[in-house]
Amino acid sequence: MMKPSSEPWDQLLHHDGVHGSVYVDPRVYESELQHIWRKTWVYVGHESEVPRRHDFVMKSLGPEPVIMTRDGDGQVRLLLNRCSHRGNQVCTKQRGNAAVFTCPYHAWSFGSDGRLKHMSLPDGFPDFDRSTLGLAQVTRVASYRGFVFGSFAPEGPSLAEHLGGALEVFDRLVALSPEGEIEVTAGFLQHKVAANWKLMLENETDGYHPSFVHSSIFGVADSGIGKLYSRNSAALSRDYGNGHTECDLRPQFRKLDVPLGWFGTTEERLPDYARAMRKVYGNERARQIMIDGTPHVMIFPNLFIAEIQIFVLQPVAVDETVQHVTALQFKGAPDLNRRMRQQTMGSVGPAGLLLADDSEIYERTHQGLRASGPQFTFIGRGVHRERTDDAGFRIGDITDDLPSRGIWRHYRSLMEQSS
Amino acid sequence: MSEAAGDLLREVEAFIYREGYLQDRHQYDAWEALWTDDGVYWIPANDDDGDPEKEMSIIYDNRSRIALRIRQFHTGRRIAQEPKSNLARVISNIEIMSLTGDDIHVRANAMIFESAARRDTIWGTRYEYTLRRIDGALRMARKKVILVNNSKALPNMAFLI
Repeated sequence: MMKPSSEPWDQLLHHDGVHGSVYVDPRVYESELQHIWRKTWVYVGHESEVPRRHDFVMKSLGPEPVIMTRDGDGQVRLLLNRCSHRGNQVCTKQRGNAAVFTCPYHAWSFGSDGRLKHMSLPDGFPDFDRSTLGLAQVTRVASYRGFVFGSFAPEGPSLAEHLGGALEVFDRLVALSPEGEIEVTAGFLQHKVAANWKLMLENETDGYHPSFVHSSIFGVADSGIGKLYSRNSAALSRDYGNGHTECDLRPQFRKLDVPLGWFGTTEERLPDYARAMRKVYGNERARQIMIDGTPHVMIFPNLFIAEIQIFVLQPVAVDETVQHVTALQFKGAPDLNRRMRQQTMGSVGPAGLLLADDSEIYERTHQGLRASGPQFTFIGRGVHRERTDDAGFRIGDITDDLPSRGIWRHYRSLMEQSS
Repeated sequence: MSEAAGDLLREVEAFIYREGYLQDRHQYDAWEALWTDDGVYWIPANDDDGDPEKEMSIIYDNRSRIALRIRQFHTGRRIAQEPKSNLARVISNIEIMSLTGDDIHVRANAMIFESAARRDTIWGTRYEYTLRRIDGALRMARKKVILVNNSKALPNMAFLI
């Protein structure tokens, strides 16, 4: 096994290309578990998935299953699904409400806060400190706008520092709700691909592929999406730093200047929503929010906010990834939400009119990268026209490889850190 | 079983076998023609009986989205089905559950072997149909496909199931 600290990253990552082994070598994957998935902030779930005390839902933090609970005090916790006694899984249900998890093996029980509550036949145990025998928990848990992240590193950047410039993306997202909140209540599809997780990480903000991979559906669906990703689009690609990247479609939507045009609809067709938005925000601000639409942002390493849905990327092996995907639901917007679900169901998942094609490409690319040459991919598109926006973030044309370059810059900084 | 009931069951069986054949052989237009104008094609996720108006399904197509799905195949650029999956299905356990007005409620099981470019997959499913007689011929008004593993992570399933 390669020693992570001695990996020759300058030989694997060029400024405009990535060595194929970075995607397909199991040793790189093992090293990523240590340097990324067990260290940095990783998205786990949304607070609205556990609205009441003692609600729980099975989630994952990278490859590791976790139980997201809301404990008796209302605090969201991330518990590892392993009995502290002999290691049996304490929870086998996908979701529910439970003040106590009882391990079926020897009947030890744990509270929704993870603490050991009860050991069966207690008189047989020597005298010792039972408070050390709770369920293990993700070391740090933090949330922003209801999005719950976990990190196994006891120290390091705060969640706000990790999100950095992309923090504002969450504000922009929830602004589409007349009540300023999103909800994750529609249930997830789980879509498995035989491909490395980083192919998805990069593709989510690759504005170059839609015109080709999705031409079959753009051509027959009377969709405006194709134009957004064309050569003449005013939309931009952006690198927020820390691996977070964006397809900023607002410049193009502002050119069109139609409220709800981003969603292929109009205020007349979603009258209740438009009325609620104008009442809360006032005409001018509501109009601007409804023109700009929702963000298209990949939060490193695993949360893709995809305008009307979110994807959570879960690496399972070097060549296996599960895409968990659900429609976003905006509080106080039932007519918008119905359309969100309908459009999402048509687009994503194993039979999705968009995502089945992306997923096919992920798998073929993974196989392609196993060929011995050329050694490097080429991600130099737009290198000559990189520029910075008013906030100082790197931006490029929508079809440029700028997001990939930003992802790899951050990836390298994580992989080179001694752990 | 009365003679009339036996005749209806045989007609229903013939319809379902034919539908399965058209799916196996990617005869998209002939398959689309089996639908009524208000047809609904539903493949639930995360168990069998979620509310498709509230929760995510793998497919929840109304008639116009069924047509869109077929038009996408016809472009020849539906990458997930180019090359097309090679399919063979065995359909069995066909039972007429009830008759209401013009509607015939039917259930069946199927095992479908899919050979795709990188993997061979066995799909096990229970079917629930609502068939309706229109101008003397049976049509599908509703087809619900209950994959037995619909709570798990699934690979691409871009063919007609």
